[in-house]
Formats: sequence, structure tokens, C-alpha cells
Amino acid sequence: MSTVGIRTRPRARARRRVPAALLLPALIGLAFLTLPLVGLLIRAPWTDMPARLAEPEVLAALRLSLVTATAATALSLVLGVPIAWLLARSDFPGRRVVRALITVPLVLPPVVGGVALLLVFGRNGIVGSWLDETFGITIPFTSAAVVLAMTFVSMPFLIVSVEGALRGANEGYEEAAATLGADRWTVFWRVTLPMIAPGVAAGAVLCWARALGEFGATITFAGNFPGRTQTMPLAVYLALQSDLEAAIVLSLILLTVSVVVLASLRERWTAAP
Amino acid sequence: MRTATARTSLAALGCAALALSACTAGADADDGASQTTLSVFAAASLTESFEEIGADFETEHEGVTVEFNFAGSSTLASQINQGAPADVFASADEANMDTVVESGSAENAETFALNQLVIAVPEGNPGGVTGLGDLQGLKVAACAPEVPCGTTAQAVIDAAGGQVTPATYEADVRATLAKLTLGEVDAALVYRTDTLAAADEVDGIEFDEASKAVNAYPIAALTNAPNADLAREFTEYVHSDAAQSVLSGAGFEQP
Repeated sequence: MSTVGIRTRPRARARRRVPAALLLPALIGLAFLTLPLVGLLIRAPWTDMPARLAEPEVLAALRLSLVTATAATALSLVLGVPIAWLLARSDFPGRRVVRALITVPLVLPPVVGGVALLLVFGRNGIVGSWLDETFGITIPFTSAAVVLAMTFVSMPFLIVSVEGALRGANEGYEEAAATLGADRWTVFWRVTLPMIAPGVAAGAVLCWARALGEFGATITFAGNFPGRTQTMPLAVYLALQSDLEAAIVLSLILLTVSVVVLASLRERWTAAP
Repeated sequence: MRTATARTSLAALGCAALALSACTAGADADDGASQTTLSVFAAASLTESFEEIGADFETEHEGVTVEFNFAGSSTLASQINQGAPADVFASADEANMDTVVESGSAENAETFALNQLVIAVPEGNPGGVTGLGDLQGLKVAACAPEVPCGTTAQAVIDAAGGQVTPATYEADVRATLAKLTLGEVDAALVYRTDTLAAADEVDGIEFDEASKAVNAYPIAALTNAPNADLAREFTEYVHSDAAQSVLSGAGFEQP
């Protein structure tokens, strides 16, 4: 296969030749990633879509998915960015161990993660039994449990992205701000955070997307109750047990909504100076 | 399953030995080498009993290996309808067998076992549950209406007047039971066979309304079965006294 010239960014006017050694695997990879989606699109009973969207159960699942995934992303930002900062900017003993621990939810099968969450936050769990006895709060089978399950599996994506951004950022600006009298919080809030904003945004998008698709930990830890803990992936899985076409329609609805949300966010970011 | 694989490897050894002897002896090497594999697609709730029945069937039929594919009945039905090379299908409900019959993959299905719902409670029944009426105010897990055990659960709850609202509708019966063994719910609506399989952790409480929605398990030899005769023999064997006693030992009832 010969190399093909492709247009690079407008700024770099000269056409560059892409080496076949890169182009060929890239094309195969692209086909591998997109063909399953094509399969879904071909099998989709498009005419059913409006009727499905009007079903109160589908709307409830969609709303719950969007709300909980957003809440999980917010929680991940509040807790994850500080973790990333600690990993990238401070030197504490056991930092390597902490970094390894953070990747555990990435490799853990989500269902196992759900069981682990039950063992801690469940009715008989270490924290859960205390919450139950002291405040009468039980977490499983609530929307809060959905948010916790999503946060558990998706926060590592945010931490890894933000830590990468922090390591790539020029520390000279932070040092300059500190020399000019800014305290460490001001340096973080006024200098570091604006500097790594694109990395944080990318991490948040990744985290949101992972949370939106979360299934295993959610069904194990939060159960499945329409309107309360039944997110779109759960609705899809259950529809699959009785009606393949319905499952495909539901997946496409989730896919379309997430693509629209991400595209509109992207537009807003790129519109900003 | 273990016996099946052990048999397969034994058979492989046998074949290898035959091949060796064939080099020297030549002609009369075919003796006993004709191995047939019967492929049985069976509902997950049949796992333990069918493994035992399959092993007995192998003992009675020399040269036959029974291979099982255990999964949810709806998954199996769609695999068969998509052309999976199966000989026998045993479903946990009539609806999924119906889709297989309608698609022409099977002709006559016969019910070989019945399964009833019970209320599973922690061992020793600390809440003193005696019937569906006692479940009000308790945390209850049930199967989702999309899966067979959930259809049955909903029918039973409706028959009782509908006062029970589960806290969660799980994707399958084992997941429903797991919510109980993990201590997250006070009771779970599951099959009697499931409570017997987990007898050291849970008790199964029988209740009147359960008889209003009994799950029938149909079995059929498939029309495109690679081993049609053997498939028919297996479905007949499942109705035999020996196989039926294995099933009732697991908590199934005879039709």
C-alpha cells in the first residue's frame, strides 16, 4: 500500500506524507472501533425511536443517567484533582503505592468493585453499618449509591489525566507566583488550575463518559429500581433479556445524547479564547 | 462438566493410542473410536442437576460425551435461533421455548420439571417470615420482569394483592439471592432450587400464592440437531425415573 498525503492543520500548509507503517494500523484500528457501531446502526429499528423516547421509563432512566454521571464527575473533580496535585507536586512517602492503589478500580472488574462497595457502604459494611445505626441512612438501592459506584470506577480516569497535565505544566510560573508572595492555595487556584484547565476538562469528559456507561458496579451496589437506580446501561441490559431491538434502540438513545452533550461542550470550549 | 472434560481427554488419549497402533496393526483400528458429542443447551438453573444427569447418560451410552452450554434461557434461545449447532434445548420457561419452536428450530417440547418461588430469608429466619404478607416494610429483592423468574415473581405478588414492592429488580435469580447472602435485603423471591443450592446460608419459606405461578421447564430435541437420534434419547432420559430423582433432589417438582 502506498502512502497517502493527508491535509494537516491549516497552519502547516505543506502536505506531509504519512508513513504506511502508521497509516495502515491506524485504519485497521479505526475500522475495529467503528464497525461495531455501524452494526448497531444497521440493526437499529429507527422508526421505533420516537415511541421509545416517549416512554416514561426510558426518560426516567436517561434523566437518572445524566444526573448521576454529572454528579459523579463533580465528586471526582472535587476529590480527584487534589489527589492528582498531591501525586504530581508533593513528595510524600509511599507515593508510588498510592498511585498504584488509584489504578486498582481500573483493573478491577466493575462487578467486584460493586461487591467491594457493598462490603464497605452496605447495610452490614464497615462504614454502612455505622451510618445505619447513627443516622438511619442506608446507601444501597438509592441514587446516591449509583453516584458512588460511578465515582469509584471513573475517578481514576480523571486523576490520571490531571496528573499528566500537571507533570506537563511549566512549574516556573508557579515558582514565580510564589516568589511574588502568593501562598500555596493562591498559586494552585490562580496559576496552576488555569494552566492545566484543558487537562482537567479532558479528564472530566473521560470520567463523565465512563460514568455514563457504568453497569457492573451499579447493578451490584445500587441494584435496579426504575427511576431510582435504573440507569440507561441497566435498562439496556434488561431489555436485552427479552427484546434485542429495544436494547439497540436504548443504546442508540444513550449514545446520541452523550455525543450531543460532548459536542456542544466542545463547541463552548473552542469558542472560548 | 469435569467428568465431561476428563472423558474428552481420555478419549483423546485413546485416539492417540489407536493412531499409534494403527501404524503397526493397520486394518482393525476402528474399534470403539467412534466418539459422539451431544451438545445440550440448558438454563443456568439446571447446572448442577444436568451435570449429574449428563454423567449418568454418558455411563449408559458408551462413546457418548455430553457437552453443556449453561446460560440464561433467553440467551440460549437466541443462540439457537441464530443457528448454533445444538442438539437439545432445555429452557427455564415456556416463553423462550416458544420462540425456538416458532422459528422452526424445535417441534415438540415437553415439560420435564416445575420450579416454584419461595421466600428466601437468612438462615434461621430471624424476621419470622411465614408468607408474602410478612414482607411489607422489609427490604425485598426480586428478579426483573424481563427475565423468567421476574415474570413469575410479579404474577405471585399480583396474586397476593400487590402489597409487596421490591427494593431492587435484579437481572437474574442468582444475583437476587446474592443480595440476600450479602445482607443487603431481608428477603428475596427466588426459586426453591436456588435456596436448596445455598442451604447453609438461607432458608426457603414456602407460601400459598407460589402455586399461582409455577415455572414449567420444557425440553426439546432440535430439528437441526447434528445427532438427532441421540438428542431424542437424551430428552427421553430426562423423563426417566433416575433423572427425575436427581431433579427432585435439587428441589424441582415433577410435572
